Amino acid sequence: MRDGTKPKLAVWKFASCDGCQLTLLNCEDQLLTIADNIQIAYFPEATRAEVEGPYDLSLVEGSVTTPHELERIKGIREQSKFLITIGACATAGGIQALRNFKDVDEFTSIVYASPEYITTLKTSTPISDHVEVDFELRGCPISVEQLVEVLSAFLFDRRPQIPTYSVCVECKRRGIPCVMVSQGKACLGPVTQAGCGALCPYFNRGCYSCFGPKETPNPRSLSRQMEEMGYSEDQLLRVYRTFNAFAEPFRKESTYHEQENN
Amino acid sequence: MYQEVDMAKLNPESVVILQKDDLAKLLNILRSHSYQTIGPTLRENAIVYDEIQGMEDLPIGWTDSQEKGSYRLEKRNDDAYFGYNVGPYSWKTYLSPARVRVCNASRSENGFNVVQETGNAPNYAFIGVRPCDVKAIKILDKVFINDFCVDNVYGNRRKQSFIVAVNCTEAGNTCFCSSMGTGPKSEEGFDLCLTEIVTEQSHFFVTEIGSDKALEVLEALSPQTASESEIKEAERRIENAAQSMGRNLNTDRIHDLMFDNYRHPQWDDIAERCLSCANCTMVCPTCFCNTVEEKTDLEGDNAERWRIWDSCFTLEYSYIHGGSVRHSTKSRYRQWMTHKLASWHDQFDTSGCVGCGRCITWCPVGIDITEEVSAIRNSSTVPEETVDQPR
Ligand code: SF4
Ligand code: SF4
Ligand code: SF4
Ligand code: SF4
Repeated sequence: MRDGTKPKLAVWKFASCDGCQLTLLNCEDQLLTIADNIQIAYFPEATRAEVEGPYDLSLVEGSVTTPHELERIKGIREQSKFLITIGACATAGGIQALRNFKDVDEFTSIVYASPEYITTLKTSTPISDHVEVDFELRGCPISVEQLVEVLSAFLFDRRPQIPTYSVCVECKRRGIPCVMVSQGKACLGPVTQAGCGALCPYFNRGCYSCFGPKETPNPRSLSRQMEEMGYSEDQLLRVYRTFNAFAEPFRKESTYHEQENN
Repeated sequence: MYQEVDMAKLNPESVVILQKDDLAKLLNILRSHSYQTIGPTLRENAIVYDEIQGMEDLPIGWTDSQEKGSYRLEKRNDDAYFGYNVGPYSWKTYLSPARVRVCNASRSENGFNVVQETGNAPNYAFIGVRPCDVKAIKILDKVFINDFCVDNVYGNRRKQSFIVAVNCTEAGNTCFCSSMGTGPKSEEGFDLCLTEIVTEQSHFFVTEIGSDKALEVLEALSPQTASESEIKEAERRIENAAQSMGRNLNTDRIHDLMFDNYRHPQWDDIAERCLSCANCTMVCPTCFCNTVEEKTDLEGDNAERWRIWDSCFTLEYSYIHGGSVRHSTKSRYRQWMTHKLASWHDQFDTSGCVGCGRCITWCPVGIDITEEVSAIRNSSTVPEETVDQPR
């Protein structure tokens, strides 16, 4: 930090697969530099050593799915000067938010022999539904490059350069021929926030929207086009019901197709 | 039958014949003159511009079928070298690349050192530049090299470039260069300009010479002069393209039409369809907007400044203190189209649109600039006399 002291970092896990935390460990070359500049005070995935709070920066992975998590996130917020959520679970509820469209009691009764031992909320929700969040880093999982950008922006007290425009912009900058126009493949790039470098179109597939809705998205218009390309209501419903299913623009769009389907 | 030409008698504006095999030789000559030869080639399911080592890298015998929001490759029934129109990328990819590092700053004992990029650029020879794109490069020249400033990134690349244009003998379905006066024949702005003629018996190129540089390059080929009938045949084929233009845009008083109709309800209609995805600006051969990104490393010892393609379709583009000026998709689309067709005239004394049709084909939802202009024209909300006033 500017005064020369190392900021204290904590990494927290909620309902998630750990993939985003692992991105931090995957920073490889940069990991040592991060450790040189930031005191990793709490990061059970990496080290058992624990330094007590308060923390200068908390990275929060995962969504809120249990009453216990609901309480825990409040405590974390209180101990954190800066709180950044990482990944689709923490920023949109994740794939587990598919439960939000169904009856959770029915699930638990089918899956568990003694469902009475299960205490769970009816929904999986993003962290920002419960506490104030200073910055949301999207992705399923997040990108190493963006994480390093957010950390260095934090260290030097500047705004992180994380674009909110479409994946198409990255796609075109990389010189990829659009898979939607040239192959008729469904691609969520035009409604999805950049960040992955148009990974899927680069490998000749449509975008699955790992990074969630972009700024001012227009999924209704995109769906109409995909319909013209031959996608059914049911397929369109599923297109939007993935990692970011509960993000509002996608939630509305998939619900629309659900109603049309019935 | 043919008279070999006395090179001394050729001048820019001469017309000669290059046989099919001469073209391969031409490529080699250009490469030996240390040009990097860039031309059309197949990538995935489209024809893009990339480095070509020889004629075999061209999409020989392929064509493209274009519609709004749709592009498909198809086989031709001949072996034409240039039997297709334009693809998703234009020459701006090379002249003003999507990402360029502008400078680099590193911490030193008493402050920091800034190292500017040298601006060294490869010598590009562009092979197969369509007339609309030749014109687009002329327009970019005005944008990047003018009295106010010379952009080194563009300027250095442009200065060294060698342009082999190819006139169109078939027009694409989304083309409207005839309306914009930019094609299907290239009048100026090239070093060489080819018109391809393929028949059962022959395959040759009626070739116009556009510069002294080109004369020098042709020297080793000692080409034959074109006969009257060959020139006529080339003209006939170009006329065929003019007749088969897929689109048409009425440019009559277009400047005022755009400005007077900034409240037209059609903008709302477009906004309902537009994804604000920015594809149209990225594929447009004249859209020149860039943004600047600065990144620091984790130690804070180094910072880099990059210039990257930007678009007026992003929120960030119009961000000023307090927020984005163009928040609605409506205002962003309107900015785009009004700039292309109207304010570009005020700014650069030319249209910003050359009628290449890329924005129509590569819009994922097929929004068609020609249709939108006619929709506005046909129900212009401005009283006739206002529209009719001369500028
Ligand atoms: S492939 Fe997808 S992300 Fe790329 S330009 Fe097309 S729609 Fe956009
Ligand atoms: S506005 Fe569209 S048709 Fe006109 S030059 Fe740009 S991409 Fe081509
Ligand atoms: S239309 Fe938009 S992106 Fe294109 S040059 Fe104008 S402002 Fe820039
Ligand atoms: S006009 Fe088409 S390509 Fe341009 S921003 Fe809108 S949807 Fe995207």
